[in-house]
Amino acid sequence: MIKRIFAWLSLCIFAVFSLYPMLYVLSVSLRGDNAFQTQSLEIFSSQSTLKNFVVLFTETDFLLWMRNSLFISAVTTLLGVALASTSAYALSRHRFRGRNLMLFSLLASQMFPATMLILPFYIILAKMHLIDNFWGLFLIYSSTALPFCIWQMKAYYDTIPKELEEAAVLDGCSRWMTFYKIILPVSSPALVITALFSFMTSWSEYVIAAVVLQDPELYTLPLGLRSFQASLATQWGLYAAGALIVSVPVLILFISISRYLVSGLTMGSVKG
Amino acid sequence: MAHIEFSQITKSFGRSHILKGIDLEIASGEFLVLVGPSGCGKSTLLRTLAGLETPDAGAIRVNGQDITRQEPQNRDVSMVFQNYALYPHMNVAENMGFSLHLQKKSKTEIANRVREIAQLLQIDHLLERKPKELSGGQRQRVALGRALARQTSIVLFDEPLSNLDAHLRSQMRVEIKRLHQKINSTMIYVTHDQMEATTMGDRIAVLKDGVVEQIGTPSEIYHQPKNIFIASFIGSPEMNFIEGAVVGQLPWPEAKKPGQLLGVRPEAIKVSEGPVLAQEWELGDYQVELSENLGGQTMLHGSLQGQTVRLLVDSAKEYHPGQKMKLKIDLTKAHLFDKSSGLNQRL
Repeated sequence: MIKRIFAWLSLCIFAVFSLYPMLYVLSVSLRGDNAFQTQSLEIFSSQSTLKNFVVLFTETDFLLWMRNSLFISAVTTLLGVALASTSAYALSRHRFRGRNLMLFSLLASQMFPATMLILPFYIILAKMHLIDNFWGLFLIYSSTALPFCIWQMKAYYDTIPKELEEAAVLDGCSRWMTFYKIILPVSSPALVITALFSFMTSWSEYVIAAVVLQDPELYTLPLGLRSFQASLATQWGLYAAGALIVSVPVLILFISISRYLVSGLTMGSVKG
Repeated sequence: MAHIEFSQITKSFGRSHILKGIDLEIASGEFLVLVGPSGCGKSTLLRTLAGLETPDAGAIRVNGQDITRQEPQNRDVSMVFQNYALYPHMNVAENMGFSLHLQKKSKTEIANRVREIAQLLQIDHLLERKPKELSGGQRQRVALGRALARQTSIVLFDEPLSNLDAHLRSQMRVEIKRLHQKINSTMIYVTHDQMEATTMGDRIAVLKDGVVEQIGTPSEIYHQPKNIFIASFIGSPEMNFIEGAVVGQLPWPEAKKPGQLLGVRPEAIKVSEGPVLAQEWELGDYQVELSENLGGQTMLHGSLQGQTVRLLVDSAKEYHPGQKMKLKIDLTKAHLFDKSSGLNQRL
């Protein structure tokens, strides 16, 4: 009984810790007076207004940033899923010279923090004339997300019995048909995780986007929101309203795929 | 209908030579069982016929046509796998109709064919279910149904019953045999279970270390084993092998040579009570050490000149440990093996 109470109490405390910042952002977004610091703890007050949200959509480039972010995230996700699912399949099913080295290199690349790679990335993109170009971001986001995604997909493919493919081949499938008609549908939990990871890599990324994109027309959401911050006057209300909207797609994604998420994250431990 | 011919098939994986020049002919419509211990190459041989492995050398011909390098999907071969290998994202009907769907058959044709096979296998009430909602036995039937739905002239079975419990296994054995009588495809069945082999096969090919040791009807294999390995591998309870002075006294000229083993199955040994008939031979003193009641019969374990000998006796009679008696064997059912070559000297 005491254990249960302790567990509940701990969970409640953690829940408050993780929820309060979000509620605070919500509260700031609803204040009309751009007040960031206030003595009051209440979230909704008589002065709460949706003015910041209206201004955000009507008087700023928020929709443009959102479109840019969605486009970049969608392409990165597509690239991530397409490349990870196919290359992981080859690494899982074929034995070829350099396979282990390739797997190890992918793993080793994860050991470097992304910020350390900014300078080399910048030089490469500059030489390829991809600065201020979405392709530059696609390239960086995909290449940083791919190693994890490939390992993730490979681990899942490794649990799929070889006989499933052999049965498909005997049923009349070509190699490619076996892959997309049998292996891909069976791997949906891993594909969802891969897609989510690729999406998350690009959706809220700031540092690399700030280096690669300089033209305000190409700004993504994090870059756009940053522009509300100035040395003298930061528009906290708009900032908070924008931050809330940015989190909505991710929230929807997480809720809609939570079923896969659980089975995907436990995969490998329980074969199924 | 398909007449199959393996000629000089060899296959190695790295340094291990799995198949060492297999020659085998399977008649059209025959049910052939490939049996042998783990690692003898039986599954590999089956997979070369399916096209899932390519032999290093040799040829496989079906109705005279060389199919050694043909793609699996062009071979007119279907296969039932040990772990069922059902597509988990498809329901039973989709699993069974998948190959027909790939052949671009009409929806009505696929539905009719699937229903027909499902009725034959008594799984027509499961058509909408996913594999994970089925029991082991039902999954096995679906796997069988998927192989049969294609109506191929060759159906291969790779240890399909080894994941089932003993009761289901014996039930499915009969059903597979019955299906074979109905559909008349050439069937090749791989198993390590000698009981499955002898009960199901029209003929049995016994493999060991990548070589066919003997091929024949279950009765031939059981009663006329070519060597010690086959004699000990086929038959349960296992054959007794007796050596020493007892062997030298046998009324066969070959038995006088050194290094001979007398092989006699437990049911061919009797307790010597009445007169010894012309085709019988008395073995000497036997002392019971243990008796196992098997229902209709009792298996006696005991010692004959220091060697363990098992025999089957009528369970109506009581035998107790320490009891002494004389044993006799039926000479027409006894074998003499050369210890060094392993060959049966009486064939």
